[in-house]
Amino acid sequence: MFRRRHSDLPLAGDATSRFLPWLVALMVFLSSMAVAGAFVIGAVIERWDRDVSGTLTVQVLPAGGEHADAVTEERVNSAIDVMRKVPGVLAVRAFDKKRTLALLEPWLGSTEMVQDMPLPRLIDVTIDPESRIDLAEVALRLSRAVPGASLDDHRVWLSRLINLSRTMQWLAVVVVVLIGAVTSATVVYATRTGMAVHHGIIEVLHLIGAHDDYIARQFADRAFALGIAGGLMGLGLAVPALTAIGWAARRLEGGFLPSLSLPVLGYIAIGLLPLLAALLAMLTARLTVHGTLAKLP
Amino acid sequence: MFGRFGRSTVRHRPRGENIIRFDSVGLRYGLGPEVLQDVTFKLPAGSFHFLTGPSGAGKSSLLRLMYLGLRPTRGRVVLFDRDIAATKRYELPALRRRIGVVFQDFRLLDHMTALDNVALPLRVRGVKESEIRRHVPELLSWVGLADHLGAKPSTLSGGQKQRVAIARAVIGRPDLLLADEPTGNVDDHIAMRLMYLFEELNKLGTTIVVATHNELLVRRFTHLPRLHIEHGMVTTLHQEPAAVDDPEAE
Repeated sequence: MFRRRHSDLPLAGDATSRFLPWLVALMVFLSSMAVAGAFVIGAVIERWDRDVSGTLTVQVLPAGGEHADAVTEERVNSAIDVMRKVPGVLAVRAFDKKRTLALLEPWLGSTEMVQDMPLPRLIDVTIDPESRIDLAEVALRLSRAVPGASLDDHRVWLSRLINLSRTMQWLAVVVVVLIGAVTSATVVYATRTGMAVHHGIIEVLHLIGAHDDYIARQFADRAFALGIAGGLMGLGLAVPALTAIGWAARRLEGGFLPSLSLPVLGYIAIGLLPLLAALLAMLTARLTVHGTLAKLP
Repeated sequence: MFGRFGRSTVRHRPRGENIIRFDSVGLRYGLGPEVLQDVTFKLPAGSFHFLTGPSGAGKSSLLRLMYLGLRPTRGRVVLFDRDIAATKRYELPALRRRIGVVFQDFRLLDHMTALDNVALPLRVRGVKESEIRRHVPELLSWVGLADHLGAKPSTLSGGQKQRVAIARAVIGRPDLLLADEPTGNVDDHIAMRLMYLFEELNKLGTTIVVATHNELLVRRFTHLPRLHIEHGMVTTLHQEPAAVDDPEAE
């Protein structure tokens, strides 16, 4: 289907461009890691956002004194009453001490040491995500009605976490851009070296009436072929590496790490990297040749 | 032979119109002295000139200016009625395609066969491969290289390379043919044959300039005018009446 285009320049035998596929392979491999990281982080952020929007947590500090447990239980019930009266609240459910200890287990390991210690009681509140609850007003009402009760809407710590994740996402994008810039710089070097090697042939082509693009197209075709070969090599290295990382990440799940699976769009983006690398090499070579030939009379 | 191929590239000009005009052209390389000084002449369409002069006189530099391999440092070059200084760079390839050049050092592409070397100007123009395969072997046969179509330049003798170079210059039926010492490496018989080839092209309308040291050859074609250059200046212009150009008459 794709007929090979005629080339007057013997570029296939150039020693100067032999390293290019290996470099592109390395660049595509590193880009694959960065792109995969960006997509995984994006998926985690989205999951966090989805999981916590629509939920609130009320924390009731344990009371002291002789009847601490009874007083704490009473405060928990009061807090439940306050929250149930808030418009937009769908369900209110208090965690007993056993459940609270279970939540701490991933962080502390065995909870035997802490089961006799006074622990704050948690109340899980489900709200309608569409409702516009004035959380500040609810928090104030709660703290006034129930001593030691506070409202945590997850948003403060979550927003910090999301900001950190988004920074990492941008960092991944910057890494991909830098990799592209390095690839381009290498193609510029390889193309200029190739032009110097074939200076005599280029001059003859120029003098017999070849347009600059006739010459540039031959360098661009070669750069594309080398780019796609290198890109596929890089992809061949990236796929097992990402599979291994995914396998290792799945073994950590069930603890406190969220699921680290790559979304379908991520697979598509990584699959397109060899083509993008080849197109970048092709465009860079073409522009480099045009820039150099523009200096000829 | 030439009547069948490359007609689309031929622009018939009435004899007498100027193909090239140089007005006070000067050329220097870098900061060096002027190798060409105040060169003024014009070549009418359909003319045939020898370009003579001693080594180092500036013949090759003058030819390079004519085939647009250089830009003058001063003066005005008009080629095919186009002032080169005012011509856009992207328009120059179209002008170059109307010029055939036989380089002194041949400039054949070593990785290509004789056939591919000769086909190069046609490929640059996008001529179909079927046409190239039909006409290029015919021309190579005419210059005595029918048995060397697939030969690489490294396996050819100096004379054979020169004939390939000439075939490459004329394959596109140029309006202007510039040849730098085209008979320098061939015996008398081949030299005369090449000159007859040039004359046949000239009769078909191609303007020809042949730079040569070969006085014997020049004397054999006494009817052809001579453009003589010495110390970077066009000092003598011997021409038959029909092609006389007097710069002073401008």
